Amino acid sequence: MKNLFRLIYRYHVVLLFVLLETLSLSMVVTYNNYQRATFFDSSNFITGTLFEKFSSIFQIFQFKQVNIKMAEENAILRAALQEHLLKSNPGTYHASDSIYLPRIAKDSSIRAVYRFTTARVINNSVNQQHNFITINKGRHDGVKPDMGVIANGQVVGLVTNVSENFSTVISLLNSRWKISAKIKRNDYFGSLSWDGKDYRRVQLNEIPYHVPVQNGDTVVSTGYSSSFPEGLTIGTISDFSIGTGSNFYKIEVMLAADFKNLVVVGLVENKQLNEIKQLESINKNGN
Amino acid sequence: MVINLLKYALVFIVSVLLQVLIFNNVLIARMISPFFYILFIILLPFDTPRALLLFLAFSLGLTVDIFTNTPGVHASACLLTGFIRPGVLQLISSHETLESVSAPRVENMGFQWFIGYATFLVLIHHFFLFFIEAFTFQGFPFILLRIILSSVLSVVLIVLSQFIIFRK
Repeated sequence: MKNLFRLIYRYHVVLLFVLLETLSLSMVVTYNNYQRATFFDSSNFITGTLFEKFSSIFQIFQFKQVNIKMAEENAILRAALQEHLLKSNPGTYHASDSIYLPRIAKDSSIRAVYRFTTARVINNSVNQQHNFITINKGRHDGVKPDMGVIANGQVVGLVTNVSENFSTVISLLNSRWKISAKIKRNDYFGSLSWDGKDYRRVQLNEIPYHVPVQNGDTVVSTGYSSSFPEGLTIGTISDFSIGTGSNFYKIEVMLAADFKNLVVVGLVENKQLNEIKQLESINKNGN
Repeated sequence: MVINLLKYALVFIVSVLLQVLIFNNVLIARMISPFFYILFIILLPFDTPRALLLFLAFSLGLTVDIFTNTPGVHASACLLTGFIRPGVLQLISSHETLESVSAPRVENMGFQWFIGYATFLVLIHHFFLFFIEAFTFQGFPFILLRIILSSVLSVVLIVLSQFIIFRK
């Protein structure tokens, strides 16, 4: 027994090293985006507050640009709204006309599936393999996990962890996250992921051979994940090739959103998400 | 003793803050990102007990991990750096200097020695960090290029810091 203690004492540095290294490597391996301990997460109070204070100093310089971008987006949305009203109520665009009210109510009930809010980005990175964004709204402001995050109508990420006042968002630039996306022109869908190399390009996989693909085709969200509405822009196809020995294209997609310059993001909540998830879980349990 | 303790606590806080608030946002040519914070491990006194060195390196890594949402990645890389540091020191300097001088500083050990020492530790740290982060040997040449270029930038920043903020 005495010898054992002497042995442990003699090699205590090596033992400590092996112990701590095992601990940290097991953290790396078992780490899961959806069930993480909130402690190891930048949505916690100390890191969140620090990031918020610091980012508010530096983002002052960016707000002019952000305002211009938002004004542009408003103009586009207003035009789209006009067009939509004209289309759904041919012959009139006066929503106040009582005859057309039921129809508009019906339309807006579809729109009311998604609820939109905004938040400010207080921390962001593009230089790692697994990038996350921290935003300055949390449970207190009605943010929930699985809400979609967009910027200027383009897909940015998904809310993963929520604390009282902050949330972390898994960025599209995170090689551990995939979303479904489709080619707008012909509606063929595949899965979109990032290979961790270039922060301006992501990869669209699982598009079969026979589908006509062109450089410049727009890639949009599918709405299958229920976190995003269908048809949000993701990017354009910049390059594609046929992988050796596979039946699918290798497609490079140039991102529309500038991930290095995110200041204000929009949060999308699908009010029917719980209902959809419940329904889908019946299929999973019942097979 | 107490002054020393406060001094190293300050170095710890300043290197972590500089890393998470400034250097984590740096990305040059879409591949170079510096990891400046291991300055803390580099600057620790020569007579730091090895077990303490491991604990300090581990907590440094874990602190940065919390800010970057990468539990374990920086912690394991720092731990390895802390484990190897005494060996590196014995390799590049004589026993007598390690006994007579208190801490690895430019003014104590000379400019050339400091660059060599910092490069050694930075390379070990970056090599481990980038591969743990990628968790694959796929695209080896690209990751290797990232490691080498990022290490160059980190060493430059660490050496510069010796002349600007951490002068004492």
